Amino acid sequence: MAALTGAPTRVRARRRRGPAWAIAVLCAVAAALACLLVDASPALAAGEVVQGRLVDAEDQPVPDVEVTLSQDGDEVASVTSGADGRWEIPVPAPGTYEVSLDEESLPDGISLREGAEASREVTVDPGGLRNVLFPLGQVETSGSGLGAALAQATLDGLLLGALIGITAIGLSLIFGTTGLINFAHGELVTVGAVVAFGLNAAGLHIVLAALVAIPVVAALAGGSELVLWRPMRRRRASQVSMFIATIGLALLLRQVVLVVYGGNPRSYEQYGLQQVWEWGPLSITPRDASILGIALLVLVLVGLTLTRSRLGTAVRSVSDNRALAGCSGINVDRVVFQVWLAGGGLAALGGVLYGLSQAVTWNMGFNLLLLMFAGVILGGLGTAFGAVVGSLVVGLLAQLSTVFFDSELQTVWALLLLILVLLVRPQGLLGLRERVG
Amino acid sequence: MDLIAVLADAVRAAVGPQAAVFALAAVGLNLQFGYAGLMNFGQAGFMLVGGYGMTVSVTRYGAPLWLGVLVGLLMGFLLALLLGVPTLRLRGDYLAIATIAAAEILRLLFRSEAAAPLTYGVFGVQQFASDFYDLNPFGGGSYGIGRFSLSGGQLWIALVGWLLVAAAVALTALLVSSPWGRVIRAIRNDEEVVRALGKNTYAYKLQALALGGLMASVAGMVLALASQAITPDTYTADLSFYAFAVLLLGGVGRVLGPVVGAVLFWLLLAASDSLLRQAITSGVISDEVLSTSDVGPIRLALVGIALILFMYFRAGGLLSRRTPKTAATAKAEVAA
Repeated sequence: MAALTGAPTRVRARRRRGPAWAIAVLCAVAAALACLLVDASPALAAGEVVQGRLVDAEDQPVPDVEVTLSQDGDEVASVTSGADGRWEIPVPAPGTYEVSLDEESLPDGISLREGAEASREVTVDPGGLRNVLFPLGQVETSGSGLGAALAQATLDGLLLGALIGITAIGLSLIFGTTGLINFAHGELVTVGAVVAFGLNAAGLHIVLAALVAIPVVAALAGGSELVLWRPMRRRRASQVSMFIATIGLALLLRQVVLVVYGGNPRSYEQYGLQQVWEWGPLSITPRDASILGIALLVLVLVGLTLTRSRLGTAVRSVSDNRALAGCSGINVDRVVFQVWLAGGGLAALGGVLYGLSQAVTWNMGFNLLLLMFAGVILGGLGTAFGAVVGSLVVGLLAQLSTVFFDSELQTVWALLLLILVLLVRPQGLLGLRERVG
Repeated sequence: MDLIAVLADAVRAAVGPQAAVFALAAVGLNLQFGYAGLMNFGQAGFMLVGGYGMTVSVTRYGAPLWLGVLVGLLMGFLLALLLGVPTLRLRGDYLAIATIAAAEILRLLFRSEAAAPLTYGVFGVQQFASDFYDLNPFGGGSYGIGRFSLSGGQLWIALVGWLLVAAAVALTALLVSSPWGRVIRAIRNDEEVVRALGKNTYAYKLQALALGGLMASVAGMVLALASQAITPDTYTADLSFYAFAVLLLGGVGRVLGPVVGAVLFWLLLAASDSLLRQAITSGVISDEVLSTSDVGPIRLALVGIALILFMYFRAGGLLSRRTPKTAATAKAEVAA
């Protein structure tokens, strides 16, 4: 993209490389997303049925668990899962139902996994078959051994870290190029996930929904730069007032999402129920494996774009020294705008992937934001690679802590790490030494 | 539409205990941010330790209320030291992230299963303030004019709350006009200069953080007493943001700014709440579009819009002396 202005013809000829890079990146992402399509489990067409299979963390069937179907609060039917863990409830008519699992009837030592809901709303289409997954887990990790638990937590941590990394790159680059700490970045993640959910619920496949959500959020982020941040910089607003304005924007977006989307966590239509792949002590669903693959691929592509493309060079030089970059003929405002677009798009992609691996909630972005801060500051504010390294460390720390401590405290460890880094090495692992005090 | 009811709701909120709580927290924040220039985004954390310090010592250890209040203050002071000693060296926005992280750590710890034997976990504890309401001199009746009225208990907690606000405001007024106040204002404007003059800026900043933190812990106690309930999730990061909104609405670095801000904040919040609810129940806004449960989030979205607009047009708040420079004068200055 024409990041340089007023350059001689030689430069003009090379300018075309910008869009070419961007197209290459987009194609690669699209191809990677398409990989997700491959492992969609085929649904069998039959009468209207709500069904599922209850398995524990080791993929063993869980029999004799009571599942109830109700509509508008009235119980329609109730079944217990069979010896193979399967349950099936024929539905009288298409419509919206609530499926709930009786947690009392679960065998000892097995409970719903962290963050999973015991009841959920499902919409049954005419002639459709609806899979409902209740993720179950062991209460204790006893038996499998510490090594296996650590290995599994490392894999989960890598996944979480890669997702934080994708979303954190934008946060870090925006800080690097403008000095603004964007508190609304978490909400860009949420909006991405929610827009994709809306399209997905309207019948679009999640991969296509994601491909629509990414430009929508990029436009939102770019719009905020044009409408708010650029005029505020022109008015010489202080860093502090711009920072507080991002908090206002975050509050606004979060509450609007709460009104439009509602407070309940929901999941995308596809990839809800999947067979777990196992290698020795490690297990991962094909869905999570694809997410990890896409996330790592995108991280590599962003790294290549930053180091090899013209836009990337311009971004790095603006981060390095804004005034000098401007003097060298780089259109700083334009680079900053492009960083906002890219950061918004990546945030949306991260949101969809995070929503796929967990669930879509109205405050997912805010919860992720604190982890992003931890990752970005650990790696060094303003550096893209630092953000990635820091995010991976934070993801690993958060997941590994669950092996030893209560899983509800995993964010606490990441935040403690954040404060510790601020004390010991405020410039972060990869940041340049500069005054922060 | 019943506009008198809207007005009564708005006035009740603006003089009620909630507004006093926010005024107290914002007076503390004013000392930290308005005068010393410290970006403390962990005001919710100070409120949490204040409220919990009091409640836990009363309910778990059977302490009398006055001792509970002292414990709450001590907790606020300790948090200020714990947070301030390591982080006050950091630049403004780093401090903001560190404080918000600290407040969030506290909330997550207090709601965790492991801490439940002490903190009652996610659901918190209710009905612990009978000692306080036994002192209520107003009895159980209702006080007020026409539709605008407060119950005796509400009047009692509101009175105590506003007396505390008055005390905090008076303390701030005395402090900022003292030599101490001159130093912290100078630190806000240029820390290097103050350091060059031989002042220990670190100690001054820590004192400002601790004083403001103590006021916030008192605010947390008043909040717990007013609702007779305490849960960790009352003290989310949003609470710190509202304290900032209140301060910015009133005026940063003005003694009465936070008080004006708190009254205005609740007046606007309660009026918009009441108006929206009436519009929905009377069918002016169809409940297909909005339901009454959406009213809470909408009014918070309005807070967000207000924050953006204030930062855009008037970064110092309503009462601010300095208006932000326009681009033209700023450019002229740069050119000169």
